Amino acid sequence: MDRIPILKFGNALLVTIQVDMHDRLATALEEDLTAKIVEYNAKGVLIDISALEIVDSFIGRMLDNIAAVSRILDADTVVVGMRPAVAITLVELGLSLTGVKTALNVERGMELIKARLRTTESEEDDVEQ
Amino acid sequence: MSSERLDIRTSDDVVRVRQLTRTLALKAGLSLVDQTKVITAASELARNTLDYGGGGFVLAELIEGAGRHGVRLTFEDQGPGIQDVEVAMKDGFTSGKGMGLGLGGARRLSNEFFIHSKPGEGTKVTIARWK
Repeated sequence: MDRIPILKFGNALLVTIQVDMHDRLATALEEDLTAKIVEYNAKGVLIDISALEIVDSFIGRMLDNIAAVSRILDADTVVVGMRPAVAITLVELGLSLTGVKTALNVERGMELIKARLRTTESEEDDVEQ
Repeated sequence: MSSERLDIRTSDDVVRVRQLTRTLALKAGLSLVDQTKVITAASELARNTLDYGGGGFVLAELIEGAGRHGVRLTFEDQGPGIQDVEVAMKDGFTSGKGMGLGLGGARRLSNEFFIHSKPGEGTKVTIARWK
C-alpha cells in the first residue's frame, strides 16, 4: 500500500503531501504520524501542502485530526505552503481550520516550532530553579 | 459540447471526478481560483454521492451560453434521499462522519446549484461554474 514519507528534521517531523489524497492514504498518514511523534519524541509536525491543488472538507478534517492528536501528544502541527487559490476556496467552503497553525512556507513553519520549543525549554528551566 | 459520465463507487473514483473536473475547467478557460472552486465543489459532491447515496455517477459537461464557456456537473444516486433538503443545506448538518459542509459549501463555490431529492428514491445535484 502507498505511504506518505515522514522525514525527521531535528525535533520536528516533515511531511510533504504530493499526491491526490484518497481515504486510505489519509488514514495511514494519521496513524504513521502518531507513531513517529512518540518514537522520535517530536515536538512539531510540519505538513507541506504546496503541491495540493485543492483542500476539500475531507483533507481539512484530516489536517484537523492530525493537529488534535499531535497536541495531545505534546507536538505542534503547522500546515505550510497553502496555495492562494486554495485558501480562498477553503474560506468560501466554510472550513476555517481553527485547530491548525499555518505558515507561508517550510522555513517560517520551522521558526514557529523552534519558537515554541524555546518557550517550553525556558519554562522548564524556571521550574527547575 | 463534450460530456463524460463517470461512475462513483469507491474513494478512488472521487479522485477521478476531481481530475475530470480539472480537465473540463481548463477547457472552459476558468481562472485558477474558479478551477479550484469547482474542483473542490465536485470533490464534496462526489463524496456525498459515495458516502450518503451509496454510490452513483456524475455527468460532466462543457457548456456554452451567452458567449462564454463553463462546466456543469450532475451527480445522481439512488440512495436513501434527503428528508429535508432545507436543513441538509445548512452548515454543520451531517447524517454521517463528515463535517457537514458538503452541500452548503458546494453551493457557495458554484454559480448555479440545483438539488432534487426524494426519500427512498435518491438525490440529484447539479452545479455549474461559468467563466
